[in-house]
Formats: sequence, C-alpha cells, structure tokens
Amino acid sequence: MKNYDAIVVGVSSGGLNAMKIMFSLLPADFSIPIIIVQHIGARSENIWIQLFNDKSKLEIKEADEKEKIEKGKIYIAPPNYHLLIEQDKTFSLTVDERVNYSRPSIDVLFETAAEAYQDKLIGVVLTGSNNDGSKGIKRIKECGGLTIVQQPDTAESSYMPESAIATMQPDYILPLEKIIKLLIEIDIKNKNYDEINGQR
Amino acid sequence: MQTDETHSTNKLTKNGTDSLNSVNEVRKKVELNIQGLLEAIYHTYGYDFRNYSEAHIKRRVMNRMAMSGIKDITELQAKVLNEEAFASILLQDLSINVTEMFRDPGFYKSLREKVMPILKTYPFIKIWHAGCSTGEEVYSMAIVLQEEGLADRTTIYATDFNQHVLNQGKEGIFSNRLMKEYTANYQLSGGKESFSDYYISDDNNVIMNQSLKNKIVWANHNLVTDSVFAEVNLILCRNVLIYFDRQLQNNVQTLFHNSLMNGGILCLGSKESLRFTDFKDAYAMLDEKQRIFKKKY
Repeated sequence: MKNYDAIVVGVSSGGLNAMKIMFSLLPADFSIPIIIVQHIGARSENIWIQLFNDKSKLEIKEADEKEKIEKGKIYIAPPNYHLLIEQDKTFSLTVDERVNYSRPSIDVLFETAAEAYQDKLIGVVLTGSNNDGSKGIKRIKECGGLTIVQQPDTAESSYMPESAIATMQPDYILPLEKIIKLLIEIDIKNKNYDEINGQR
Repeated sequence: MQTDETHSTNKLTKNGTDSLNSVNEVRKKVELNIQGLLEAIYHTYGYDFRNYSEAHIKRRVMNRMAMSGIKDITELQAKVLNEEAFASILLQDLSINVTEMFRDPGFYKSLREKVMPILKTYPFIKIWHAGCSTGEEVYSMAIVLQEEGLADRTTIYATDFNQHVLNQGKEGIFSNRLMKEYTANYQLSGGKESFSDYYISDDNNVIMNQSLKNKIVWANHNLVTDSVFAEVNLILCRNVLIYFDRQLQNNVQTLFHNSLMNGGILCLGSKESLRFTDFKDAYAMLDEKQRIFKKKY
C-alpha cells in the first residue's frame, strides 16, 4: 500500500471546459495537491483563475516561485513561465526557451515533478492539440508514478491524449468524469493510509 | 491497454519495490554528481552555479548530455574540465538568455508613468541593468529614456557574466522576424512613435540606432561572485533571480541594496519578490503588480 503526494495535469486546447468540469466534481476535502499546466497566451493574465476560484470548493491559485506545495490546493502555472518542482517540493519558475512551442510546457512540469516525487506522483494528460506532455508522462511512468490519459474520443481535442498513448502505455485511459472519480478514490485511500500511519 | 477502472489497483498495493529503490539510488547519485560538477566548474572556470535552482540545472545538464551523446555525469565532468570549448557550450546552456524587447508591456507602461517622473528630478542618472543577456530590454529602456527626454543625462550599465551575449548586445543586431511582436509590445507599453524609426533593417536583421547605443556601457559582471561597482538611481533585474535559491537571492539583494542610492528604484520580474529576503521592509512599493520598488531613506 502506498500513497500519492501530488497530481500533475497537462491540458491545452479545450482546457477551460475540462478544468471547469474537474473543479466542479472535486470535493471540498480533496487533499492531494493538484498542479496544472494549461497552455495559454503569453500576455494572458490568468483571469479565469479568479472566475473558477469563486465556484470551486478548493483553493485555486497561480504558483509562486519558491512556494511550498501544500495539501488541498490547486496550483496553476503562470503564463509565459515554465513551472518546475524542486526536490524540497517547492516551485521554481523559469523563462527558458519554449518547449514544444509552449511556455509553460507540460513536459517541463511533468519531468521535474517525476524527479521530485518519484513513485508518489500521478500524471494526467487531458484534451489538447499538440504533443506536449508525452515525454513527461513517459518519465512519470519510468519513475514509478501512476499515469492517466483522457480517452481520446471523449476529449475536446484528441491529439494530445493520442500522442501520449502513442508514446507510452498509461495505467488508465478514461473519460474525464471517470478520471476525477478515480482521483477521489485514490485520495480517500490516501487518507486511510495517513490515518493508519499517523501522518496527518 | 486498459480503458476502464476495472484495471486492478495493484498499482496502489504492491510494486516493484526493489527496482524503485534502485531508481532512488541512481537519482541520489545523479544529484550528488551534479553538485560535484558545479563545484568543478566553479573551481576551474570561476562560474558559480552552486546556488541555482536544482531542477533547472538538472534539466539543462540532462539536455546537454542527450544532445552531445554523453552517457553519464562522470563523462560530462571530464569533458567539461578537459575541453574549454565544451565547457563554454555548457555555460551557455546554464545561463539564461531568453529575453525580448518591451517584455511585459505593462511593466514599461508603469516605467514611463511612475518611474520616469522620479528620474527627471535628478541632474544625472545612472541605471544598472543586471543580467541583461543579449540586450533587448536594455534597448527598450534606452528608447523610453529618449522619448522622455532623459537620454542626454543618463548612462546605462548593461551587465552580464556571459561575454558571448554581451558582445551580441553591444552589436545591437536582432532578427527581423521578431520585430512584429516587439512593435506590438512597444505600442502596448505606451510607445507613441513609429518603432521602426529606432533601427535600420535589411532582409534578415535589424541594427539598432547608434543614438541608442551611445548611452549604454556593456560590462562583464557576475551577480554571484562580483561586488558593487557604482551607486545608481535605478536597478533593473528581471527574471534572473527566479533561477537562484533563497540564499543566493538574498546575497544578490544585498548587492542591489548597497548599489542603490536612497530613493532609488528596483525593478524585478513580474513573478519575483523581496518576500523571502532580508529587504522586504527596506523598500516602499511603487507598483505592486509590476514589481517596482523604491528604496527607503
């Protein structure tokens, strides 16, 4: 029995709808921190975070540099910066070259998260129309993490999930609602695990 | 391939613990070796990356190994120490060279509206652009100063530890294909002139006007290892400190505080703050969103 310490999510075109569904289904006591890269224009101000925050039961915020990752929070990569995770489970931001034409890049988050969390990480690739995230989710699997890809024919844009599936064999391929259901089940198992081991 | 959660949850219960342990062993070894590599670079070449964000360094080092077909860090380290040309390539990899003209137009708008009126009260103005890379933002500043009528009494010290990018900045030659985006940035920043008046272009490149270059002194300075070189009215250092750990950020903020005159202005990147440094109370906020600070008297 093991638990998971973080969930990383990559989402591109069709992402706003997907995240709206995700945030509406997650319960208030959902504990595992969720870290999201959403492809978005460089000059965008992430105003949608405020809009979603008003409706979500969980706190949604832009990730700050050097910020410590905490339970029960949802973090979004700021526009025009790559989001990286350090060994001490804090965020770093960089303005390095675009990766897969993207900044923030899903691969950059996933690869550094895999290094930091190893097998305690869940990686999720959702709707999108480029191949960002494929290398990253492969790396998560190599490090022993759990990998989930949105079932392509249920995604608003199927290319990104298809690309991930072509690169590696995910542990689960599911429609979005079932992905959330699975994450909630894992979170409940996590809490039982914490109780048994006195790690609350 | 599983398409439903009927897939057993054995992922959660049992796992190849032995193979994971060995993954962890390898990881620890790589980290140890990266620290060793950074020590070696510092002692051999004087460039100090030891307090940079680890995740960033590791990604860059791994990318270089993949690109150059190097299989482990020991081999990389030997190559760095024995081949100066290769060391120079790795130094380029590790330094931050991504920049653009009028990056974050809102910042330059605030610079015009909130900072220029303060600078206008001084007879002579010294500006330090720390970590200027290839100089795109230095030229942006020079343009703002010219439009505000301050160019004649201003000197901009543009510094970086990377001589290669400094040379590029000094030449002031940039790719033509970027000018459309830079023009849009310039206009969003409140620029009223025709942006194309500031450069001469041919088919591929533009060269920035000599009148802008006259105001800029390009100099090699390493934020990590070098010290104060002038007392200045304004320091601009954007998206450099995000690469440093907290200790190093604090060291560099000490350097900035010692270099700024009282009432001087500090401009950081839009995601950078003084929160984790000793200086969070040493400045007043001039523009919170654009991260512009004013040193207290």
